Amino acid sequence: MIEAERLTKRYAGFTAVQDLSFAVGRGEIAGFLGPNGAGKSSTMRMLACYLPPTAGRARVAGFDVFSQSLEVRRRVGYLPESTPLYPDMRVGEYLEYRAAIRGLGRSQTRQRIAAVLDQCQLADVERRIIGQLSKGYRQRVGIADALLHEPELLILDEPTIGLDPTQIRQMRDLIRGLAGKHTVLLSTHILPEVEATCTRVLILHRGRIAAQGTPAEVVAQSRVANEITVELDAGDEATALLERIEGVLSVQKVPGPEAPWRRFALHLQPGADPRAAVHALAVEKRWGLRELSRRTPSLEDVFVRLVHSEDSTATP
Amino acid sequence: MRIFAALLGRELRALVHSPIAGVVFTLFLALTGLNFYLILSAFTRSQTPITLVEAFFNTTIFWYSFLAIFPLLTMRLYAEEFRQGTFEMLQTAPVRDWQIVLSKFLGAYLFAVALWLPTILYFAIYAWITREQAAPALGSYWGSYALIALMAAFFVSIGCFASALTRNQIVAAILAYVMIAFVFYIGLLGFTMTNLAPPLRAFVNYLSSAEHMYEFNRGLLNTKPVVFYLSLAFLLQFLTHAVLQARRWLR
Ligand SMILES: Nc1ncnc2c1ncn2[C@@H]1O[C@H](COP(=O)(O)OP(=O)(O)OP(=O)(O)O)[C@@H](O)[C@H]1O
Ligand SMILES: [Mg+2]
Repeated sequence: MIEAERLTKRYAGFTAVQDLSFAVGRGEIAGFLGPNGAGKSSTMRMLACYLPPTAGRARVAGFDVFSQSLEVRRRVGYLPESTPLYPDMRVGEYLEYRAAIRGLGRSQTRQRIAAVLDQCQLADVERRIIGQLSKGYRQRVGIADALLHEPELLILDEPTIGLDPTQIRQMRDLIRGLAGKHTVLLSTHILPEVEATCTRVLILHRGRIAAQGTPAEVVAQSRVANEITVELDAGDEATALLERIEGVLSVQKVPGPEAPWRRFALHLQPGADPRAAVHALAVEKRWGLRELSRRTPSLEDVFVRLVHSEDSTATP
Repeated sequence: MRIFAALLGRELRALVHSPIAGVVFTLFLALTGLNFYLILSAFTRSQTPITLVEAFFNTTIFWYSFLAIFPLLTMRLYAEEFRQGTFEMLQTAPVRDWQIVLSKFLGAYLFAVALWLPTILYFAIYAWITREQAAPALGSYWGSYALIALMAAFFVSIGCFASALTRNQIVAAILAYVMIAFVFYIGLLGFTMTNLAPPLRAFVNYLSSAEHMYEFNRGLLNTKPVVFYLSLAFLLQFLTHAVLQARRWLR
């Protein structure tokens, strides 16, 4: 549904998105993650045909976002980050207007407006003036607008920002319900939300892809997932001995525990699990062993590690 | 067509609902009313060779009220949408830029022209009370209002163009006012400078709205001003479209 090839966006001298290549298949729900300023909104704006790419290209539903932008725009429902709406219009009027400029017929308009009002729980504010609505309601009007023409691709830039917890949950259900039939690309800073809704994750950092795949894959690929922690009462030779165990890539001493205890972080080859070997070694060397653990990291742990470690490599 | 109708509908209702429309409408009625009143009282004091219609469309009050409405009516067209971010919604909808350009022009244009409809009443009331026509021939009315419609096309276009250049409505209004005043005052040079070289004078008169009005409200219609205003209006709409295209790259 989305194919981006070396997509690049440069603002006056500043590169916000660089050589971004990724693909999102039909029916997928893709979560776009990244710290502030990573280039999420810039990328989404390029896909929604608002910003022309500086270099590279992107196709949506097989159409180029630059040269066939009208075809793309017919198939995309886009919610910008700031949810711009006409404050002087009533909710119902606004949706009618948006349906009309997308060329929906009269009966279709009526039917679709009823549907999105229901989906976004806006029926009771249909006659209210948009400028007087609360932030969350405005956000829902923006989402309703994006859904109006049943677009093949929904691009939602931080759709749950400003929503209350029940609404966030409802939005999550709504988005999950779209899977299969529609493709969704959403950006968010709420990582549990991504784990709950997305079939695919793209982590962006400084305008580049830092990781991508299903949430489980992204977690599995990460260093945090391939790490075990050991706390031993052992001598200085421990580091070297632990490093010799099969599957261990490197051993790092972690400061913390009081005297004779030492704490180590073992970085592993993906898929390796040498916990039994560590235990056997401890028994053989008669070391005290009071912790041997492997954590299943959350996406949040992975995210923090990715963004943090890239920061430290970027600044020498 | 339905898309264009929806865009135009949105423009018209935004105009009508904005406080500017009320201010413009009130100001306009007050000024044209004052203009009419002053001319009538001058007429009752002394005999003049000119007709009421000729007088009405040639006073300073007329020109000021006429020229002042355009920056006010057009300043928000693009600037407000840029500032609110709603232009992003417009440009990511399946709408062509020229549809946006034309709908914005037409919305402001229809409003600007509709403002003049009540002034027809002034002349009707005059004729009804005095049992005397405000102009000797129908061509006088026709010419005056046709020229208003033509000039409005040009001046609204200047306003559209100025508004597309900035996200600040005040800046848009000032830009539009400067451009409109510039064109208008060049046209006045023919009246104020008596020693202009003939070719220069011909050129200045060609541009001169006051000169055009002087002819048209005597019923002397000619195609030169028609071509002048329409071609410039067209050019400015084209430039506005170009500005929108360029803005995509400057974001
Ligand atoms: N119009 C612009 N002109 C210049 N720089 C811009 C412009 N828009 C964005 N940027 C810069 O590009 C970078 C990426 O911005 P972008 O809005 O895409 O980030 P983001 O990932 O959406 O961040 P956030 O999580 O804060 O929404 C930022 O450093 C930002 O300052
Ligand atoms: Mg953003």
